[in-house]
Formats: sequence, C-alpha cells, structure tokens
Amino acid sequence: MSSLRHSPIGDRLYQTLTTLCAISVLVLLLVLSARIFVAASPALQAFGWRFLTGAQWDAVHGVFGVAPAVYGTVISSALALALATPLALAVAIFSAEVAPAWLRSILEFALDLLAAIPSVIYGLWGLFVLVPLLRDRVMPVLTETLGLADTPLFAGPAYGPSMLAAALLLAIMILPYIAAVAREVLAAVPDAQREAALALGATRWEMLRHAVLPYARSGLVGAVILGLGRAFGETMAVTMVIGNRHEMSASLLAPGYTLASLIANEFAEASATLHHAALMAAGATLLLVTLLVNALARWLVWRVRRPGDA
Amino acid sequence: MSAPPAGALATRDLSLWYGPVQALDLVSLSIAPHAISAIIGPSGCGKSSLLRSFNRLHPLAADVRVSGDVTLNGASVCASSLPVEELRRRVGMVFQRWTPFPVSIYDNVAAGPRLNLRLERADLDAIVEQALRRAALWDEVKDRLREPARRLSGGQQQRLCIARALANGPEVLLLDEPCSALDPIATQRIEEVLWELRQDVTIVIVTHNLQQAARLSDETAVLIGGRLVEHGPSSQLFTSPREPRTEAFITGRFG
Repeated sequence: MSSLRHSPIGDRLYQTLTTLCAISVLVLLLVLSARIFVAASPALQAFGWRFLTGAQWDAVHGVFGVAPAVYGTVISSALALALATPLALAVAIFSAEVAPAWLRSILEFALDLLAAIPSVIYGLWGLFVLVPLLRDRVMPVLTETLGLADTPLFAGPAYGPSMLAAALLLAIMILPYIAAVAREVLAAVPDAQREAALALGATRWEMLRHAVLPYARSGLVGAVILGLGRAFGETMAVTMVIGNRHEMSASLLAPGYTLASLIANEFAEASATLHHAALMAAGATLLLVTLLVNALARWLVWRVRRPGDA
Repeated sequence: MSAPPAGALATRDLSLWYGPVQALDLVSLSIAPHAISAIIGPSGCGKSSLLRSFNRLHPLAADVRVSGDVTLNGASVCASSLPVEELRRRVGMVFQRWTPFPVSIYDNVAAGPRLNLRLERADLDAIVEQALRRAALWDEVKDRLREPARRLSGGQQQRLCIARALANGPEVLLLDEPCSALDPIATQRIEEVLWELRQDVTIVIVTHNLQQAARLSDETAVLIGGRLVEHGPSSQLFTSPREPRTEAFITGRFG
C-alpha cells in the first residue's frame, strides 16, 4: 500500500478519478438537456417558432404558446433584481466595511437564516401577508392617492396576486444570496488596496468608492448574476403569489405567469401527449433563457474585468 | 512657487502596543528635513510600526494603542486641527508590495488630487505629468497613460505608486521596504528617484537591505526590540557605530 502512495500509479489513479468526476458533470448536463429536447420535440414540431411567440395556452384545443410565461419570467426576475441589488449591496458594504465585529456576526447569521427559509414558507407569507397588504394598503395608494391608475404600469383592477407581488417576494428571496456573495467579494479585497487609498488622504467612503469597489467590480457583478439565476428558477413562492394567468400585461398590478409556475401547475394534469410535450418545451425554453442570460452575464463580467487587470 | 515646507518629523517618547504586545518603547527621534533617513533593524523590531505612526496609518483592524507624541513641523499629528486625511496628504506613503488601483496609469496618479481638489482638466494633466516626471516614469508611460496600470512591470508599478503619492504634493514621503520585491536594476532606478526627491521632500525609508541604507541614506536609525538603539549620520553609523548592538546587527551577528 505504501508503495502505491508514493508511486506514479497513485498519482495517475487520482488524476483519472478526478477527471471522471469532472466529466460526469458535463455528461449529466448534456443528457439532461437532450432528454428535455427529445421529450419536447412533438410540441416544437407542431408549433415551431409559434411556440415561443404565441400567447395562447389552451390544453383543451391543443394550442400552446409560451410568450406570456417567458415575459412573466423575465419581467418578474428583472424587477426583483432591480429592487434587491441596491439593498443587497448596501447590506454587504455595511457588513464588510462599516459594521463592528459583533454586529457583523449577527448580520451574517440573519442573512444565512434568510437564505435557509424554504421557498414554500416565503410563498405562504406572500399569500397571507404580502398580497393582502399590497391589495389593501399599497395598491390603493399607487392607483388613487398617487393617481397612477392612468399609467399603463399601474392600470387595471388590483386583486392582489400580481407581477408586483411576485417581484417583491423574489427580491426578498434573492437578497440574502446577493448580499452574502457580495460580502465575501468585498472581504477578499486586499487590505493593501484599502491602505493605498487611505495613504492618499481618502476618507473611508472615498476608500470604498475609489479602491474597494473598483477592485471588487467583477465579483459584484457575479453576485448579482447569481441572484438572477435564483430568481429565474424560483417556482413555489412565485406560483403562490403571481396569479397564474397566461396573459401579457404591462401593468404590474395584473396577474401573470412564469415558465416555472406554468410547469408546476399543469404537470400533474398533462395527459395528452402534446400537452406533455408542450410542458417539456416550456422547460427547454426556461433552460435556454437561463443559459442565454448567464452567457450574457459572463460576457459582462469579462468586459468589466478587462480595463482593470491585465 | 513658494519655498517647500520643511517636512520635519519627530517623535517624543513614542510607545505603541498591538493589544497586549508592545511594538515601540519610548522612541524619541528627530528626522532630518530634506534628507533621506533609513530605519533599519531586525524583523519585528517595530520599523513599520514607527513608520506608520508618522501618517497614523496603523494596520486595519488592529487594536492599536499609542502613547507619547509625533510631530510634523512642530505640531502634533494627533492635533484636532490636523484631520488625519490632511496629514496623509502631507505625509505620503509607499508600500512594500506595489498597490496600483485597477484603473489606468493616469487615473492612478490623478487619484489623490481628485480626492482633494476641484481641478480643471489641464491643471490635473500638469500635476500628473509632473508627478510622473519626478518618479522618472514619464518617458516610459507618456504614450500609454490610458493603459491599465497593472500592465507595467513591477519596478514601474512601484515608481507609479511613488508618483501617485507625489501628486498630492507631500512634504514627507514614507517608504516601507519599497525595493524588497524588486530586482537590482529596478531597485537602482528607485534609489535614483529618491536621491533626486530628497532636495524638496523629506524621505523616510524602512529597509532590510543594509547596503541600501548605507549607500542611500543621509541618516540611519537602528531599532532593536522596539527601542531606538542608535541614530546618526549613515557614514558614521555604518563605519564606526557607537553601540555594540548596532555593530552586532550591521556586521550580521544577529538579526
């Protein structure tokens, strides 16, 4: 045995083993994608591009188009990101740069806890607390007090379950992820960068702006992308508050749909082959949208990194 | 241009603790203005702690306690009339490991002035050029000011850090082992820069390299175990030290 440990055979064994493990991840991804596309192919053949552009989802007449769900997925996630990012970055900056040590550990604990809450609990809270609150307190203020009912963004009746509710809930759910990663990124900025800024006569805020944030830029973009990925895939909580109506509306007060909640809602009842295939195709679409956004994000990270470090 | 300020540093009975550990013990030292002073001593003797006391840039997150006083041109650096940001503009610092910001060469040098002054573009350009010239870097980078600073070689990056400190127009320049990670040629370039600068800036350099201290500095201070052991003209200190411990250190018998 001891000869194995010091021989090139042990080295090679280790190398082979780790390589196999790494390859298996890729194989898994490819097989998974292939299976989904094969299962989706009847729907894709039947509708072609109209599957992506069509707004009608009618299981009875066998007409399927996912445009409203794609729209709902992208809009609710983008809105959630816009709401959560500034807050999460502020939390991360406070925790990494400003807070005293004792407060920092409490904050970290709270963030971890927030990230660990199951999404169905978020959904229940959304359904029984957030949605009534929006319906009774927030939406009347938006439409009547502020008189925004005439603008397309806040038009129509306000029942409660809506794109706005989904976006708010998603924002709360992705906040701890973005904040936790951003905090780690900021903590990884070398003290030498901070000292260099301070040595030039920078205040702590100027140090943050001119030395810490530029250094951490690409990592912070990565943190936000991670949050976006979470928002895209989130199913349960969104399904519970978004209203599940397969329609495209510019109004944030109107109910909507996402790809993930569409699949979750209908899979148990999909008996017809075409319906089943259409749901698979919706899954494939979600996969593609996620892939596309991730690729875009990679490109963004790569682009912001270039001017700084060579 | 008015006559440059004197840039005279001094400490009186300066003691410094990191938590329970004492790093400096009653150090009283006058740094000669417009000259190069070297601080030498074995590792952990408090050289960097002393240097960082001059611009009050103690290691971040360290539990630092200080007694005694540090003065710049006779006024305490802890006085409320002298905000620490202004102190650090007047007493610049260059670190062992070069630390350019992840921005362009120009923006690195402009960082200090941009923090403190509202400047016209042309004035800022002039300050950047002058700082780069004083750091003997202008000819090497004048055609590529917009390039990332990190594309420069190590020695160039260190001279860029010197230029960045000079752009604030400091009276004093502190250097913490600025050449310890550089090859002899890059080291020589930096020594030439410092030699030129000493005419109008007070320079304090911490170094592990005794030859560097001997050939570069006008005065040398020897710190051992947080205490100032000897301080005098380098020519005298390195040839006929008064203290046996200095002699033991510079002849390599310990440290």
